[in-house]
Amino acid sequence: MEALDLARWQFAITTVYHFWFVPITIGMSAVVAGFHTAWLRTRNPEWMRLAKFFGKLFTINFALGLVTGIVQEFQFGMNWSAYSRFVGDIFGAPLAFEALLAFFMESTFLGLWIFGWGRIPEKLHVMAIWLVHIGTVLSAYFILAANSFMQNPVGFRYDEVKNRAVLTDFVAVLTNEVQLVTFPHVVSAAYMTGGAMVMGVALWKLMKGRVEADRGMYRKGARVGAWVTLVASVGMLISGDVQGKIMTDVQPMKMAAAEALYTTEQPASFSIFTIGTLDGEEEKFAVTVPKLLSFLATGSMDGKVQGINDLKNELPQAIAARADQLGIPKHYVDPASYTPNIPGSYWSFRFMIGLGMFAMAGALLVLWRTRKGGTPHGKLFAWIAILTPLAPVFANSFGWIFTEIGRQPWLVYGVMTTETGLSTAASVTDVAISLAVYTLLYGALAVVEVKLFLDYIRKGAEPFEEPKMLKDDDQLAFAY
Amino acid sequence: MSLETLWFIIIGVLWTGYFVLEGFDFGVGMSLPFLGKGKNAEESDKRKRVLLTTIGPFWDGNEVWLLTAGGATFAAFPAWYGTMFSGFYLALLLILVALIVRNMGFEYRHKRDSDAWRKGWDLCIIIGSLLPPLLFGVALTNLVRGVPITQDSLQEFIYTGSLFTLLNPMSLLGGLVFVGLSLTHGMHFIALKTTGEIRQEANAFATKAGLVTAVLAVALLLWVGLTTGTTGSWITTVLAAVSLLAAIFFNTKGAEGKAFIGTTLTWALAVATYFLALFPAVMPSSTSSKYDLTVTNAASSHLTLQIMTGAALVFTPIALAYTAWNYWVFRKRISVEHIPPAIDPLKGAGDHGNDKNKEQVDA
Repeated sequence: MEALDLARWQFAITTVYHFWFVPITIGMSAVVAGFHTAWLRTRNPEWMRLAKFFGKLFTINFALGLVTGIVQEFQFGMNWSAYSRFVGDIFGAPLAFEALLAFFMESTFLGLWIFGWGRIPEKLHVMAIWLVHIGTVLSAYFILAANSFMQNPVGFRYDEVKNRAVLTDFVAVLTNEVQLVTFPHVVSAAYMTGGAMVMGVALWKLMKGRVEADRGMYRKGARVGAWVTLVASVGMLISGDVQGKIMTDVQPMKMAAAEALYTTEQPASFSIFTIGTLDGEEEKFAVTVPKLLSFLATGSMDGKVQGINDLKNELPQAIAARADQLGIPKHYVDPASYTPNIPGSYWSFRFMIGLGMFAMAGALLVLWRTRKGGTPHGKLFAWIAILTPLAPVFANSFGWIFTEIGRQPWLVYGVMTTETGLSTAASVTDVAISLAVYTLLYGALAVVEVKLFLDYIRKGAEPFEEPKMLKDDDQLAFAY
Repeated sequence: MSLETLWFIIIGVLWTGYFVLEGFDFGVGMSLPFLGKGKNAEESDKRKRVLLTTIGPFWDGNEVWLLTAGGATFAAFPAWYGTMFSGFYLALLLILVALIVRNMGFEYRHKRDSDAWRKGWDLCIIIGSLLPPLLFGVALTNLVRGVPITQDSLQEFIYTGSLFTLLNPMSLLGGLVFVGLSLTHGMHFIALKTTGEIRQEANAFATKAGLVTAVLAVALLLWVGLTTGTTGSWITTVLAAVSLLAAIFFNTKGAEGKAFIGTTLTWALAVATYFLALFPAVMPSSTSSKYDLTVTNAASSHLTLQIMTGAALVFTPIALAYTAWNYWVFRKRISVEHIPPAIDPLKGAGDHGNDKNKEQVDA
């Protein structure tokens, strides 16, 4: 293992882990804010109990999203200092904006919401959790703008005196065409995840909880979660569709790798799965849908989709020509191979879509089964309660794995290869130590987190207490 | 004033904000073993919960100052960010791990009613509150002192030392001062936010901690001054010493607010001393001054700095406003009487007991 491999593994592990919690945070904060608002409007105690119950689960999850985010902020400098120096002029600003506009808002108002029971007027209290939610969404916008620059670098020029990229148009960076479709796609995914989490937990309590009187409340929760999941999955499909076409345009090799398509086809079919090696030799067995890939990539049933082999011949000239035009030295734009990891791209793309579809189906089933006060029974729905929340969580992981594997061998597409971004100062030992430390620590924390999460689910919603403003001598409604 | 200099000042202000705010979080975390001691187990736990609740609504927002300092350094001085973070690699890793376990301690300690559970998280909080100021002190003192840096053909400045390069008498003294100042500052904060015995004990301890810190801090600042001092940094050195002594004096008089303002100013002036001693370098090279990272050669382009300046002007006041409101909402002093019973998911409420056989979930 070289430092490059270790640093890449580290980025993969820490990012995927961080992104198990982030979408739950984004989606669940919206649902909890919705419950809290519903209480304010209707004064129905069930909404308040749901808000507090899911609020607890939300904070258990938020904690891990937060601490793993700190690592992400510093990882660029620690493992990728050459990259940081080379594109910091463009890439640093969204990160600074994220901290200034989003992190302050999220953390301050979450503190206010958690400790604020009986301390601030109700309307302000509800506003606090909405601001937490808005903070999470803003944070997503800035960090995705930064990632979209890596996928599709815009709004910059190369400065040969300083040997680095320099910002020319910040608005272009924030409204990158990749960003404009990635952001809705990721946020829809987050709503799906949060919705499915609420749906799964509430459904489980509806079926297995032993307090008869609470069934109606949990049914409400399950239906709200299912609706959020369903509506979000529609946004997910639409944005994913647009994203596929933009990706074909901007990163044609990524689309070819997603299908493991070696020879250019018109029309191109989409394989649901393949048994074989995916190395372009004779496929052994595949289930395919004719013309679907053409539609995904181009929007027309008969569109032409370029294959890996043709791209291998075309891309080097195209990228070299663009780099020449910008004046970027060959050192940065000379990868050993222009092809990403094909099996990784192919399978992560399918798992992402498949798991997303599964969650959508789960939400539909639950909505249908719980209509008119119905209570689901049996093994099928018990499994739906458990698996539907997990499906989007892992779909998110595969989505990121796909988009980042598919970007290889580039760190910034066509501008800087991954190997040239590595820190010179960090030794193999340094990176190995940090990789081991993060992996062990994250593993241990995940065990604790899941256990707490399940314990609190088992405990269920607390009995209703009429909220009142606290006096000086009163016990606090919540303390550490 | 050039934009580069302005951003050098802003980075200094962000670090000041971080140490002023997280400084007392660290102090509170470190104080669990002695201020959290009561007559019996139950009272000890209540006292610990009072201590942690004083910073409960705040610590997370306070920590964002670090993320903002990091993000702003990345955006305004990419070369500084890259060289410092890749160079001080293992020290930074330790800081991050410490912050992670401390934060998880804050968040998870109260979520189970079990002594073993609490003991484990207490340890995380204590170690996680001690290590960051120690290592930040070591790292920033090394920054001022100068570390071995060269430059490669691609114009990247590269730190050529190791973790052990960072461990020298001056930087270790720096680490101790940052710990001492956090502790003193934290005691002042507790004395401001609590009533009863905790308040008195925090006040008494603040004087002792303050005196020890004052001796160490004066030694450190003189050392820094004699090594890389400028007229400006000597002025702030004197002022830093005066504010720390004033803080100790006010603390002995029981003027907690003034004492807290005193250590707040000490933080600001100590950071100012460091930054004035650095300027115009941001990361001086001990190898050769031609490899110094400076406010000019490490800075971003003018366009980036202009955009960042605009954002800072508009959004910093907003962030400060709601942060201030947060502190205002939770301004009341608390004591052991205010602490509600511990919560435990395995006992009580919703489902009455926990019959695990009936509710088996595959994690």
